[in-house]
Amino acid sequence: MKFHLDEKIWLIASFGVIIGMMLFTGYQTFVLGMGPPSGMETIDPQKVDVTAPFDEPGVYEIGENEYEVVMTLQLFSFTPNNIEIPAGSTVHFTMTSKDVTHGIQVAGTNINAMVMPGHIQRITQKFDETGEYLVLCNEYCGTGHQFMATTITVK
Amino acid sequence: METTLKQSWRDNAYRALGISPEDAKLSKTYLLVSFTTLLIGGLLGLLQGLNRAGLLELPTWLNYYQVLTAHGILLILVFTSFFTIGYFYAVHSHTLGGLLPKVRKLAWIGFNLKIVGLVLAVIPILMNEASVMFTFYPPLAAHPVFYFGLVFFVIGIWMCAFGSFIQVANWRKENKGQHVPILSYFATGVFVLLFFSSIFVAIEVFMIIPWALGWVETINVMLARTLFWAFGHTLVNIWYLSAVSAWYVVVPKVIGGRRFSDTLTRVVIILLVVLNIPGGFHHQIIDPGIHESVKFLHVFMSLAIGFPSLMTAYAMFAVFEKTARKKGGRGIFRWFSKLPWGDVRFLAPMVAMIAFIPGGAGGIAQSTNQLNQVAHNTLWVVGHFHLTLGTSVALTFFGISYWLVPYLSKRVLTPAINKLGIYQTIFWSAGMVFMAGAMHWVGLLGSPRRTSYTTYFDNATALSWDPYLMFLAVGGTLLTIGILIQVYAVIHLMFFAPKGETEFPIADVEDIATPTPYWTERWGMIIVIMLLVIGMGYVIPVVDMIINAPPGSPPFRPW
Repeated sequence: MKFHLDEKIWLIASFGVIIGMMLFTGYQTFVLGMGPPSGMETIDPQKVDVTAPFDEPGVYEIGENEYEVVMTLQLFSFTPNNIEIPAGSTVHFTMTSKDVTHGIQVAGTNINAMVMPGHIQRITQKFDETGEYLVLCNEYCGTGHQFMATTITVK
Repeated sequence: METTLKQSWRDNAYRALGISPEDAKLSKTYLLVSFTTLLIGGLLGLLQGLNRAGLLELPTWLNYYQVLTAHGILLILVFTSFFTIGYFYAVHSHTLGGLLPKVRKLAWIGFNLKIVGLVLAVIPILMNEASVMFTFYPPLAAHPVFYFGLVFFVIGIWMCAFGSFIQVANWRKENKGQHVPILSYFATGVFVLLFFSSIFVAIEVFMIIPWALGWVETINVMLARTLFWAFGHTLVNIWYLSAVSAWYVVVPKVIGGRRFSDTLTRVVIILLVVLNIPGGFHHQIIDPGIHESVKFLHVFMSLAIGFPSLMTAYAMFAVFEKTARKKGGRGIFRWFSKLPWGDVRFLAPMVAMIAFIPGGAGGIAQSTNQLNQVAHNTLWVVGHFHLTLGTSVALTFFGISYWLVPYLSKRVLTPAINKLGIYQTIFWSAGMVFMAGAMHWVGLLGSPRRTSYTTYFDNATALSWDPYLMFLAVGGTLLTIGILIQVYAVIHLMFFAPKGETEFPIADVEDIATPTPYWTERWGMIIVIMLLVIGMGYVIPVVDMIINAPPGSPPFRPW
């Protein structure tokens, strides 16, 4: 198989793009800690209500401008809902599902994670701008899926 | 000696007389089912587009999620698989000297099994007992009959895969030391992938059936999802590989040129076969239960699948330029005018290839971890696969139909139908620009996929998406017109066009081509390498999912 010069250039550039994406992704993941949500802890999906911390879902202040939201997702709601936090806070979400596979997405942020029964999912976001953020379920979960939403208000 | 003579006589007879009536009937039946499915699935798509734009409220007896489940299964599984099998069996008949009787029989058994499977799967969907989408993620549990249908469908596909393997093996035995004709080589790649990837979904379905029947109480949700994507991702790439076969082999002939290097073509097929299955992980980038380092490894495994497509991009434009310059084309871009834009057999696959430029680029972006987090499960993804599957694959299949159907029915493509095909291509392209374009954009803003029309209690953010969603209805309407034209053209070419001989367009290699190395024929070796790559991708995370599994989930029917 003989390659022309311009074909060689094209293929090397193609390979370069792939490697470039790899290096950039790797740098973001392992140096900047921006890797995708990958919670590794597990839980009995039928005993969420009696398992800490999900026996008491809510918003907890854990430091200066730092909050933990312990959240359960279930057909077709988020608990807690209508969350309020001050501007400039960093929020750590700890989530699990009480029934089927859900997804949490907060429009206008990079919060986007699958929340599955049996698994504890974690994601962190800093909210600088004030306003009302729409939180929605982005994995089809049943007949009321289009009503599974709430808000985060940053004041 | 005698068998060789007999073989070559049979080959020549087939070339001279065209396809035998039995072989033609098989492929025609497959294509007829395929385009009927396109019609039904497409109309269901229109309902969704109108609903998403807020223009149409669907009745409770046919709700959005039923329609979406049917649309997905009909178009991503049925339309495509029936077309691909009909096409590649016609290929085998043409290039390998007619189908062996036992192969034809296998293909008919496969046909019947798939139809039975389809009916079994569709009935519970219509009864609102299986609104689980094409992905049927547990713990959503459909009526057990839905899963029985899938089993029949998969076994039907296996029959066709075995038929193809037997046909090719027989040809190789009678033509020792020769290369399998290129289109049959593509078919082998396609059926190898279909067979091995559907093993994963078969295992998943056999996990689900006893659970859906209530014989076991819980299921490993994560494992089921991972097995699904090993299949689901590969499936769409199989349809893509089928379309690519026409790009490499048919399109050069239609424009009056030669095909690009035979060796490179076969290497591209081998790479797509070897690398494909672990790509399923890029559907699980933001899942829990998979370690960050495994996800990072999979960025490479997924992006690597893009490499053969970048090879293809070069090859195609090299063929176009060479052919156009031979016809007197000049300038850096002016030679494009020498290509036969008025020939639907060229125009449709050409637009399909052009659509793959943004489609492929979007694919590389969204399978990169942090970028995936922005686009995952938004309408962006839906826009992406309507560009790749809905345009690159579908439009290539449409382009093929304008010569394959008259070839099978021993009729000809009239200038009138050719012109209709040009309009079809224009409607399709315009529809996808509006629909897929708007989906990409509103997806980045956060609008989710697989969600019926909603304002989320009049939320301001959700309301701001509405103007974009209107384009889903506009695009969907144009696409529906495209589907009606396409189905009319297929019916006309199959039953009503004037009688005559239509050529099966297969381009030759260049006169000075270097011979292709024979290792490309060693499918045993290729499959072993493929299994090793699958092992690299899957063994660690899947073992982890089984050993560190949480207590399982009971079935849910939240619809």
